[in-house]
Amino acid sequence: MSDLATGDVLPVQTYRVTRADLVRYAGASGDFNPIHWSDRVAGSVGLPGVIAHGMYTMALAARALDAWAGAPGRVRELGCKFTKPVVVPDDDEGVEVQVAGTVSAVTDETVQVALEVTCGGVKVLGVPKAVLVRG
Amino acid sequence: MAVDPALAGRSFPATEPYDVSREKVLEFVRATGSDFDGRTAPATFPIVVAFAAMTAFMEDPAAGIALHNVVHGEQRFTYTRPAVVGDRLTATLTVDSLRQIGGADIVGTRSEVVDATGEPVCTAFATLVHRAEGAG
Repeated sequence: MSDLATGDVLPVQTYRVTRADLVRYAGASGDFNPIHWSDRVAGSVGLPGVIAHGMYTMALAARALDAWAGAPGRVRELGCKFTKPVVVPDDDEGVEVQVAGTVSAVTDETVQVALEVTCGGVKVLGVPKAVLVRG
Repeated sequence: MAVDPALAGRSFPATEPYDVSREKVLEFVRATGSDFDGRTAPATFPIVVAFAAMTAFMEDPAAGIALHNVVHGEQRFTYTRPAVVGDRLTATLTVDSLRQIGGADIVGTRSEVVDATGEPVCTAFATLVHRAEGAG
């Protein structure tokens, strides 16, 4: 991360998300909202199907940041809006979420990253951005 | 029922201490496919503690919030340091802002997450969108 400059494009990270991941995440996080595991409940509130927790998608953004930083524990700021749902079908394939990043500013201590998180070509997070501390 | 405007600026009691165990971090790591160095929790892991504070706030009769009408609109973290295995964390939620837009209450919350010695670990800012019953 030491040689990054403003404008650098970071390698796109692609992550597959299945229903099993959402069940695991519900248990890990304590967020058991049924819209993240029950098609019946998701449909009753007008969703096209079960959707990933917004915080799950944000965790994927953090996973990409760790990959770019080369180690966990470097994130000093992370934020986004939850703008579009990530619909996860009840099959073995699931969906792909892509996390792209561009270095938007660099200081002696930090690297600021503008993220773009998409599913099926649609941006699912609003203005996701992060600040990493240099190693 | 709309959210009581008097809530703005109010702080709620700290959550029960949460012990960050290796097993619980591993569950989170495996669910999200994250890297794990044996110690450092993923960046969004403190949501587990902040979520407890948010749930307690929303379930507080004083808040006038119906849980099933709430959508998580925005989330932001600022970190003093990452959470690590062995931490004992608590979160204290403050209602930072409250505004009404077209039948919805936009509730800005700030949860300060501290360790067993009271030293800051991170701050979790969550924007909760609450749509009142019968609103369009």
